[in-house]
Amino acid sequence: MYAMREAIRAFRRAPLLTGLSAGMIALSLFLVGLFGLAAYNVRRVLDRVEARVEIIAFLNDDAVPEMVRQAQEQIEDFDEVREVRYISREAALLKARRELPEFETLFGDLASNPLPASLEVMLRPNQTGPEVVERVADRIRAYPFVEDVRYGSEWLDKVFLLRRVAGTAMLVLGISFAVVASLIIATAIRMAIYARRDEIQIMRLVGATEGFIRGPFILEGLLTGLGGGLAAVIATYLVYSTISQSIFQLEWLPSTWMAAGIASGAAVGILASAIAVRRHLREV
Amino acid sequence: MIRLIDVHKEFAKGGSALNGISFELRKGEFCFLTGHSGAGKSTIMRLIHMADRPSAGDIRVAGYRAATIEPREISMLRRKIGYVFQDFKLLEDRSAAANIAFALEVTGARPAVIRSKVGRLLAQVGLAAKSESLPAELSGGEQQRVAVARALANDPLVLLADEPTGNLDERATWGIFDLFRDINMAGTAVLFATHNLDLVRRNAGFRVIELDNGSIVFDSAAEPKGKA
Repeated sequence: MYAMREAIRAFRRAPLLTGLSAGMIALSLFLVGLFGLAAYNVRRVLDRVEARVEIIAFLNDDAVPEMVRQAQEQIEDFDEVREVRYISREAALLKARRELPEFETLFGDLASNPLPASLEVMLRPNQTGPEVVERVADRIRAYPFVEDVRYGSEWLDKVFLLRRVAGTAMLVLGISFAVVASLIIATAIRMAIYARRDEIQIMRLVGATEGFIRGPFILEGLLTGLGGGLAAVIATYLVYSTISQSIFQLEWLPSTWMAAGIASGAAVGILASAIAVRRHLREV
Repeated sequence: MIRLIDVHKEFAKGGSALNGISFELRKGEFCFLTGHSGAGKSTIMRLIHMADRPSAGDIRVAGYRAATIEPREISMLRRKIGYVFQDFKLLEDRSAAANIAFALEVTGARPAVIRSKVGRLLAQVGLAAKSESLPAELSGGEQQRVAVARALANDPLVLLADEPTGNLDERATWGIFDLFRDINMAGTAVLFATHNLDLVRRNAGFRVIELDNGSIVFDSAAEPKGKA
């Protein structure tokens, strides 16, 4: 109760400084939020791309159907595999005609079907990483009637690289801005300590415990961090809303991400003020 | 209740502030601590208040020992010690009543207790009519009365008064001294540091300890020097 009253009193006593601190945390977390929004949407797109990762094993024309059927069953038993579809040569031609109508004339002039039969191997979710795909492809390639295996290794590597870069950039940016926000909060707390040094001296004089003396400053850091975190979420939402209405539809961040953002603001606030209090109370 | 046993205090940059100080202040006793500026009066006060530690020797206050006291115990000890300074140390943006209430708030007293105690203390120091005045609206003597009331807020066993009349005119000085004497008669021990020898001479019935260059050169309690 006392700590809350003193923390609010500190806000009233130096509204500009407190506002600046909360504003800087808000700005820092807002920039992290914007990057998070972009990273999250990129991730969602990549998730959809990943879900479509499949391995296509092209078969020799003289492959024995019984052996192919057995191989199909064996591949379906792989832990990483969700489904295996056999595409006959005729089905492949039909599919090509359906998916590539601009080449209809070319297909019509063909004397014989040039397309090979194939096995389309769909992977389980979370089993679409480059290493997994390559491992499964290698096992399929080992069948003697498999002529070639394709899985778009180059673009798959790029997709995963992009994801890793986006994740790392978000982490680095987040940590950088957390450090900046911490320094600002620590400065604000330091100034608050010096502004209240007479009170602190008297508190010690009459027997207040160190925990009691620290309480309002820690609470001030927590409230500043929480306020900054909330403001950042609101600002990020406004940007999301504007882009979604006027440019293209984005997906809003999951509630766990927002909670993590606000909690991060609070944690940065508490941590920065605790360090500042520990360091500067000794000087009073 | 307060016992200093062969206490030495060295300055961080060399030189000594206290050289083998030993004395005992008993429950309910009034004692002047006199000596020139720099004789060691304030250092003794700070050591008793556990704001500093002796370089050698030991200090025992209300059951706590300077040699072994834990940091969290210091705040508990300080609730048993009232401290009054020459420069009052009041919060300028708070009324007389709020300054006194502050000492109770920060030690966790309940609002009802704070209200009744602040009223009683203001009456005790003769400032009931000025409870809402800010320190700047009070005279020096009145400000010191507020400081005394604040020092009494937690019902201390002893009042440490470090030159409490140093900033006051003669009339206010006697008013403050009378207040300390009344507090002492009610049972609170008082260690009253002053270089006002006129004040000491005119109250010859009280114990006097005189310091010079960090040593006790006179103790009217008729105990052999250096023995607690």
